[in-house]
Amino acid sequence: MTNILEVNNVSKYFGGVKANEDISLNIEQGSIVGLIGPNGSGKTTLFNSIVGTHPIDKGSIKFEGTELSTLLVNEIPPLGLLRTFQQTKIYGQMTCMMNMKISKKTSNNYFSMFEKIPKELDEEAEQILSFVGLYEKRHLRAGELSFGQQKLLELAMALMNEPKMLMLDEPTAGINPTLINGIIDRLIKINDKYKITLFVIEHNMRVVMNLVQHVYCMAHGKLLADGKPEEIKNNKKVIDAYLGAH
Amino acid sequence: MSDKKEITGLTFLILLGLFSPLVLPNYRVQLSELWIFMVFASTWNIQGGKMGYNSFGNIIFFGLGMYICASTQIAYAFDLAEWTEAGGVKTFVHSTSQYFSSLPLGLILAGLIPALIAGVLGSLLLGLRGHYFAIGTLGLGIAAGEFATSVQIWGGGMGMTVPVWPKVDGKDLEIFGGSMNFFYSLSFLLFVMVFFTLRWLYKTRFGLILTAIRDNEDKAEAMGVPTMRYKVSGWIVSAFFMGIAGGLYGNINGYIEPTEVAFAGATFGVYMVLMTILGGKGTLWGPIIGAIIFQVFKEFFWTYFLGWQSVALGFLIIIIVVFFPEGLMGWLRGKRPEWFGEIVDKNARLAQVKINTND
Repeated sequence: MTNILEVNNVSKYFGGVKANEDISLNIEQGSIVGLIGPNGSGKTTLFNSIVGTHPIDKGSIKFEGTELSTLLVNEIPPLGLLRTFQQTKIYGQMTCMMNMKISKKTSNNYFSMFEKIPKELDEEAEQILSFVGLYEKRHLRAGELSFGQQKLLELAMALMNEPKMLMLDEPTAGINPTLINGIIDRLIKINDKYKITLFVIEHNMRVVMNLVQHVYCMAHGKLLADGKPEEIKNNKKVIDAYLGAH
Repeated sequence: MSDKKEITGLTFLILLGLFSPLVLPNYRVQLSELWIFMVFASTWNIQGGKMGYNSFGNIIFFGLGMYICASTQIAYAFDLAEWTEAGGVKTFVHSTSQYFSSLPLGLILAGLIPALIAGVLGSLLLGLRGHYFAIGTLGLGIAAGEFATSVQIWGGGMGMTVPVWPKVDGKDLEIFGGSMNFFYSLSFLLFVMVFFTLRWLYKTRFGLILTAIRDNEDKAEAMGVPTMRYKVSGWIVSAFFMGIAGGLYGNINGYIEPTEVAFAGATFGVYMVLMTILGGKGTLWGPIIGAIIFQVFKEFFWTYFLGWQSVALGFLIIIIVVFFPEGLMGWLRGKRPEWFGEIVDKNARLAQVKINTND
């Protein structure tokens, strides 16, 4: 299998803080990969580095062979790589349907700016909203939704964009425990049906164990270990990092 | 707004446009100003309302347009330096054909050059966000006024006169109902152009992306939207219409002064913000309603309570901020959401998220 994303020796420093140091990881096309680690271990920084939120100090990041570290934030999603946020980012004053419709990928030429939103998108948006369980709320303003519902909306918006790979920053945080099984099911379906590669930051070990095929574990800005979920679960270093025995 | 209400609103505006100068012939200057003010508010609303970028710099496009239009009109027939040096003492009179061929040219340039400048300035300034953008543009507006004061060919701090309406045998030319009606009609026409351009723009992807930028610019970027391009394009649209408005206003006023008329940040620059907020920013109709109320209010106090107008204006600002923070349209939207095409469904609000894992 080919790698869709290749991160090689990436370092990111904030002044003296080594947020990411010499991180290398590969994501296989079509897989679901997890990223775990204690708070402040540099997981979100790594996500930000990959999608170009800030420049990296060292290393290279390749998505399907294209170097990402020199691209701007808005140049990366058209390649098919999309991320969601830990703190939800949605368009609060617009309805859920509008949020969905403007998330559709368009050719970014000058004339497409002045096109009308096609009517056919309504049906597609409704379909995806019901897929994540938000169909009844489609006409509400996105800002009225609860935090957990906004997370689901963000996921739906990402699906509307039809990415090849999706990076999810804690998709189940703030979501009602009874819904978590539903989310896991949805993520597996996204991966299986839409052939979207998933790279997921997650704290909930039940989710990690049931969802991913491969896990990377970070601590103190460095990659600690990687392997199958069962191996990681029994890895001494990982247990120490999570228990805070450093 | 629903179609029916929009048609009612439009009918009202068209009737106002056509008949108000006939009913109130002595108020034609103020009525022309009203349409120009609607252009102010409607175009400021693209930045301040739709996009969430509070610009205090839109006035520079107005001032530039005013100078560019007047210079073009003059230079078409005479030597510009000689004109401004004469300071209105020597009489230069355009022939009818000179006047009516230089004016359209002046107005077109008054639109295009500020639009071009907005493109360049926008690429530099629109990278700033929130208060930083506001302060940046505020500085720009003041700098533009000071700059104009030092341009000798524009008469420096003295300002310059604008070509007068052509005369035949010592009498004002009787065409288009004379100068006042002519410029009134052009102001009304400009507003109509602005209205329909914005009405169309707000319905396209462009309008929606502007709102998205206001709500969450980081998200729009992360979804692959080249937000800079949208922001700059929005400013270009504003600058184009503000420039033409400036060209017209210079001709209505007859005299251009750098900081009091052209780059009048303390009056027009503030009015455009006030009118938009009063009416309801981010809506198509808010700025229009705001401009009408504001102009009536302003003229009433200027006429009957001269000396108290600034106090009254301050009072108006307080009332807006305290009682109508979202403007009249925002207040109405809160009271009657169904008028704005919002579907309010209690059940939707109460509905639980259900994920059916079997489908």
